[in-house]
Amino acid sequence: MNKFTLGPKKLEAVDFSVYYSEFQALRQVSIEIPARNVTALIGPSGCGKSTFLRSINRMNDLVAGVRTEGELFLDGTEIFDEKVDPVALRKRVGMVFQKPNPFPMSVYENVAYGPRIHGLKSRRRLGEIVERSLAQAALWDEVKDRLHQSALRLSGGQQQRLCIARLLAVEPEILLMDEPCSALDPISTGKIEELVLDLAHDYTIIIVTHNMQQAARVSQVLGFFLLGRLVEYGLTEQVMTNPIQRETEDYLTGRFG
Amino acid sequence: MSLFTVRTTQKFAFVFLRMTAIVTLGCLALILFYILHAGLPHISLEFILGFPKDMGRSGGIFPTIVGTIWLTAASLVVAVPIGLGAAIFLTEYTRRGRLIGVIRYFTANLAGVPSVVFGLFGLAFFVIHLGFGWSILSGALTLALMILPIIIRTAEEAFSAVPNAYREGSLALGATRWQTIQKVVFPSALPGIMTGIVLGIGRVVGETAAVFLTVGGALHLPAGIMDPCRPMTLHLYLLAAEGISLSRANATAAVLVLGIFIINTVANLLLNYFPGNKDTERQKRGGKERIKS
Repeated sequence: MNKFTLGPKKLEAVDFSVYYSEFQALRQVSIEIPARNVTALIGPSGCGKSTFLRSINRMNDLVAGVRTEGELFLDGTEIFDEKVDPVALRKRVGMVFQKPNPFPMSVYENVAYGPRIHGLKSRRRLGEIVERSLAQAALWDEVKDRLHQSALRLSGGQQQRLCIARLLAVEPEILLMDEPCSALDPISTGKIEELVLDLAHDYTIIIVTHNMQQAARVSQVLGFFLLGRLVEYGLTEQVMTNPIQRETEDYLTGRFG
Repeated sequence: MSLFTVRTTQKFAFVFLRMTAIVTLGCLALILFYILHAGLPHISLEFILGFPKDMGRSGGIFPTIVGTIWLTAASLVVAVPIGLGAAIFLTEYTRRGRLIGVIRYFTANLAGVPSVVFGLFGLAFFVIHLGFGWSILSGALTLALMILPIIIRTAEEAFSAVPNAYREGSLALGATRWQTIQKVVFPSALPGIMTGIVLGIGRVVGETAAVFLTVGGALHLPAGIMDPCRPMTLHLYLLAAEGISLSRANATAAVLVLGIFIINTVANLLLNYFPGNKDTERQKRGGKERIKS
């Protein structure tokens, strides 16, 4: 495995495995994810990359019959430790989903939702956070005149950026993105990619994607999953141009996938 | 040739479907017309706000209107929280398992039990055993049991229809399950829940047999929950069955029907008032656009 230095590690998995009842979805994955960078996870469908992503904020807890082995550390704390409250963890580790899922409320209410559930009441502060988050998600200019209209009336790309703004409003440390562009057109995809690059200055981003070009464009670090194993992991440039493993090369050149 | 027959069959199908719609609407219109035609001439302000005289042969029906309102309100106060709680528990907090199946089976069966059986149970249990006597309390508890399955069932369907993506989105922001239910799931399910409540109101307002056995039938104005009363349905039943006054029975029926009509209209208006629901409504309507030929 390649050695690289990209600042301090934010997240570390050590021999981490996930089972759904009998089925083993992840096989002893060991990985170190650097802070304030974009890490892309690629691989064919069913290879375990989404499972890995959903373990980091323990959304997998909601699946019946799920079981983990090994360890997953966030800033040195074991995520699956009994003392870790998954609700508190999810405030630190936010997630953007494959399909934009704004709540059926106004644009404003969507962004204010997170801070509100975490106890913020001041209208003035909420207003500030909403504006700042929307601006960070490069959406403010498009929606500032319709903050109180339903979010469901925005376009798909706008909805996805709204979901990112909604996430930024709770000030997470890690952003997990599960194929955030798979339901979007190329122009909206471009906007999201720009946004991801921009956000990487302040956040640790882990993005699952099926689009190799996208991984090349946005990520500094790249991991290739196959059948539940992390086959290759290193700097994106290196993995893309000069993969060490045969399977990675086959996948990148389109021999299977 | 075959194309022609397919088209003809389709035409027949359309004609048949149109007929069924016309028959349904026609029956409804006929009943409404009959009741209003027979009842409206006898309705006056004095009839609505006056007290009955001579067992209802003359005077008004004010105490029966109050009785109906009391019974409806009291049974909703009992049935709605319990029904919603059960529905939330069944859909949000439990994985689909055996117990859920059993509970669902019993609720479905409970919904099919004739109301007079509920009345009999209410008479034995609330009126006699618990000693509540013939009272609004006994009646409301009985009616609450009767509408519980409807409220649970419709609320359950409403909760299940809320996309899982909403729940995931909320949980991923660090919301607890309860916050997610309160702030996201419940508001999205509200139109469906309201439908169930309106259906429940309809059954309570329209119930006669179960009421007869549990609230008595006293014609004076009820002053509290332990008083007996005579709701409108019971009043019109007694007026008609005992041959007291058919025209008064018709007038009472007209008031009852108009009342239900007003409740439904208000409920619909309220539903449209909730801003979040307009879009789902619009989507629904958009999905039902007619496909020509």
